Amino acid sequence: MKRTGLIVLIVIAVLIFWGVSWGVSTGNKMVTMDEGVSASWSQVENVYQRRSDLIPNLVNTVKGYADFEKSTLTAVIEARAKATQITVDPTKLTPAAMQQFQQAQGGLSSALGRLMVVAEKYPELKANEGFLNLQAQLEGTENRITVERQKFNETARTYNTYIRQFPQMFIASMRNFEKKAYFEAEKGADKAPKVQF
Amino acid sequence: MKNYKSTLRAVIFLAALILFLHPAAKAQGEFPARPEPQRLVNDFAGVLSGEQQAGLENKLVGFNQKTSTQIAIVIVKSLSGYDKADFAVKLSEKWGIGQKGKSNGILILVKPKVGQERGEVFVAVGYGLEAVVPDAVARQAIVGAELLPAFKQNDYYKGLDRSTDVLMSLTAGEYTADQYVNAVHKRKSKPGGFLIILIVLAVIFLAQRRSTAHGIGSGQGFLGTLLLMDLLGGNRGGGSWNDFSGGGSSGGDSFGGFGGGSFGGGGAGGSW
Repeated sequence: MKRTGLIVLIVIAVLIFWGVSWGVSTGNKMVTMDEGVSASWSQVENVYQRRSDLIPNLVNTVKGYADFEKSTLTAVIEARAKATQITVDPTKLTPAAMQQFQQAQGGLSSALGRLMVVAEKYPELKANEGFLNLQAQLEGTENRITVERQKFNETARTYNTYIRQFPQMFIASMRNFEKKAYFEAEKGADKAPKVQF
Repeated sequence: MKNYKSTLRAVIFLAALILFLHPAAKAQGEFPARPEPQRLVNDFAGVLSGEQQAGLENKLVGFNQKTSTQIAIVIVKSLSGYDKADFAVKLSEKWGIGQKGKSNGILILVKPKVGQERGEVFVAVGYGLEAVVPDAVARQAIVGAELLPAFKQNDYYKGLDRSTDVLMSLTAGEYTADQYVNAVHKRKSKPGGFLIILIVLAVIFLAQRRSTAHGIGSGQGFLGTLLLMDLLGGNRGGGSWNDFSGGGSSGGDSFGGFGGGSFGGGGAGGSW
């Protein structure tokens, strides 16, 4: 009988040890995944920043054409100012914060799109080397934005799935790991400007 | 001895499950699968002659061995409804063009012009080469100056040959062969996969011996072997440790395999 008691004790100790070490390693894995989401978020912000950095140059180049529509330019400048104001802390990626961010950046996308459409009417501008360079960079930046958004959504999805699955969800709620918001599919206004060459 | 039976049953169930799920895991979607053996020049639309393909392949493989930079050419019949940039980035990432960590890969994606359908081209530049091949350069020096003029004349080879020359001269100084050798070496000497397989092999072998000794039919043994084969096969397809198997290390001109580079949407495209 004593031996059985000892065996039961050992089994319980092993189980507890196993449970604790599972909890610790699961928690650590969540930390790693959470960091991964933050890293992809900063990539997203980088590419949006890159677009924002291109705009002063673009505005200056276009401004040189005296008769260029003022309203289109002001719209871009204003949308840029609005978009740069909104940053999201990657640890607080709530749906509301995400929507605000997307709306501001989407506003800038459509203002830029309009600028590119208007630019089509200026043959001299379209022949300007500086403008062509900016156009190529802008198009490249829009591609990068698409890619980084997709990558962010993928990392966020992997993380969200992991923390909400049984039995990891217990560890997640114990250690306050929260679900991250996704980028929503683009609606009309948010579409990247299509620049045709 | 009941324990062995239930263990065996669990193993068999797992084997069946993996076998059942396998086709789904292997589905490739609309993107062309990475060819076996891996090649840098992949003409799925048949616009290049065998000789032209071999010429480009040799040139690009030589460049890969010298600099570790991988320039791949993929010619497809259709973009399956994708935007060309999106298609190019997804395909490059899926194939893993360029070395892991360096991301020094470039993909020239071409969809030839057929009848009224526009031809499309996109040069996707890996993260690690965005500094030496910025978008404006890709757009003007590669797509605008080399690819589109030749493609408009229906001379795909000329455009690809010249544009790869320009890309090679732009990227030549960026990475060295050491990194290529290191990358290949690393890929070759990763024992993790083998170890796991060995353990699984040992467990199955033991379980099987016990079970046959106690009169369980050999049918289950067959299933166990299937599980084993599946694990081996799965690793060959997905793992990176075996990527080098496509090209022998002795055959001077063969391509060592894609390294797992990453793409962020850099590059430029055009249509004609």
